[in-house]
Amino acid sequence: MKQSIFSILSNEALTDSVYKMVLGGDTSAITAPGQFVNILLDGLYLRRPISVCDYDESTLTLVYKVVGKGTEQMSRKTAGEKLDILTGLGNGYDMTLSGDRPVLLGGGVGVPPLYNLAKKLLAQGKLVSVILGFNTKSEIFYEEEFQKLGCAVTVTTVDGSYGTQGFVTTALEAMEYTYFYTCGPEPMLKAIYKTSNTSGQMSFEERMGCGFGACMGCSCKTLTGNKRICKEGPVMKKEEILWES
Amino acid sequence: MGKLNVNLCGIELSNPVIPASGTFGYGYEFAELYDINELGTFSFKGTTKDPRFGNPTPRIAECTAGMINAVGLQNPGVEKVISEELPKLKACFHKPVMANVSGFSVEDYAYTCEKLDKEEQVGWLEVNVSCPNVHGGGMSFGTQPEAAAEVTRAVKAVTTKPVIIKLSPNVTDIVSIAKACEDAGADGISLINTLLGMRINLRTRKPVIANKMGGFSGSAIFPVAVRMVYQVANAVKIPVVGMGGVSSAEDVIEMMIAGATAVEVGAANLVNPYICRDIIRDLPEVMAQYHINSLEEIIGGVK
Repeated sequence: MKQSIFSILSNEALTDSVYKMVLGGDTSAITAPGQFVNILLDGLYLRRPISVCDYDESTLTLVYKVVGKGTEQMSRKTAGEKLDILTGLGNGYDMTLSGDRPVLLGGGVGVPPLYNLAKKLLAQGKLVSVILGFNTKSEIFYEEEFQKLGCAVTVTTVDGSYGTQGFVTTALEAMEYTYFYTCGPEPMLKAIYKTSNTSGQMSFEERMGCGFGACMGCSCKTLTGNKRICKEGPVMKKEEILWES
Repeated sequence: MGKLNVNLCGIELSNPVIPASGTFGYGYEFAELYDINELGTFSFKGTTKDPRFGNPTPRIAECTAGMINAVGLQNPGVEKVISEELPKLKACFHKPVMANVSGFSVEDYAYTCEKLDKEEQVGWLEVNVSCPNVHGGGMSFGTQPEAAAEVTRAVKAVTTKPVIIKLSPNVTDIVSIAKACEDAGADGISLINTLLGMRINLRTRKPVIANKMGGFSGSAIFPVAVRMVYQVANAVKIPVVGMGGVSSAEDVIEMMIAGATAVEVGAANLVNPYICRDIIRDLPEVMAQYHINSLEEIIGGVK
């Protein structure tokens, strides 16, 4: 974990409510795709955790949805403004278990952390399939970005306005894969848990206090003991997940 | 440079800054960020007789200038704290630590304190009779003078180290409770724990926190804390450890003028993990600004 000041390089809308912010700064604390950062914002007490979409040595890309005061404030920021950010939080995805043909499933704003993961898996020579699930056509983002990386991309929409009609699991059932990685709303994670015929990893969300393991605000029970979503998570392996409801 | 050292219940602290229980884990996580030996000491995560998972999530809610938490004393239980957490702490912290203890009966408190009292690294026992997040325990002892005194007596009977009773602000008369603890043999008083609070989501009309209510902390509660520290420090002869919304060197000094011998920093650690180190580094300059040569001299010096 590292606390540092980042400069906003760009901040643009991808859809009505999803934005892409590129920042310049010290990303040395980020060690794996699927980690998150925690951002200090004006007039808000707690930092806001946002998953890392992409990063290199000096830039950080965050794709976020406006859902409350924090993300609303972020959406109004412009190039040149500075943000105090804690980087390198959480465990991230374990890429050593992917096999040759991993599938990545993202639901809505759960799509972003899969981008850097796809990039890294492709760099390792894996054949990467991506299933991006949205409610409707106007909500779709990053389809082209994943295609440009060289992934086989399937888009699903619940209302059938674009791509395959249905859920990400609809597309998953028709696919052959060695392992899965996913991020999205909990009902989607549960559906993938049931539908998938391989092992995999899921990224979870919880309301956090600190984001770095101090407050125990985001604890959950797993089959391998109590974990903090922010520290031992947000990524859990399928075998350790304990659904409580 | 001014003198930062203070004496808390017979133990010398190099400075009065103490990360508060529940915001600093068992220390070693922060040791990855900076040398935590810069701290006066710290109060470790509230420890109970048995392991506890705590409350269901969500446990956290944002507030104006603060936050609500309803963690519910999640901890691995005193046996594991001694066998697993304290050895890890010992590797990175070489000063006496404050052991924070909670319980659900007088016997619980005595049992856990007796065990921790035997640990070499424990300097003080901070006995939490004020947790708002657990049903049937904790705060109920801290809301009545006689119950708080009973816990104090039971703990004092089985321990040798200084016992500091941590009080709740959610009471009608904090002074009577502090005095009851002093009369029962407490070596110090720490206050304030969190204020009972609640937030409701407008869209769902449900409480934000699964436990419905939780403890409100953060800079918003600082004036309440200063007031209560002032009231208690004026009523008891034993040292008072002040806390509640402290987030700057100026806040530390204000709390000490109100009557605090040492000052705990809580919620601010969750926003800025370096806050305690920063406050300690800022203190000499702020002391100079207000012509303070020694922090010990300003304790309770409100005019």
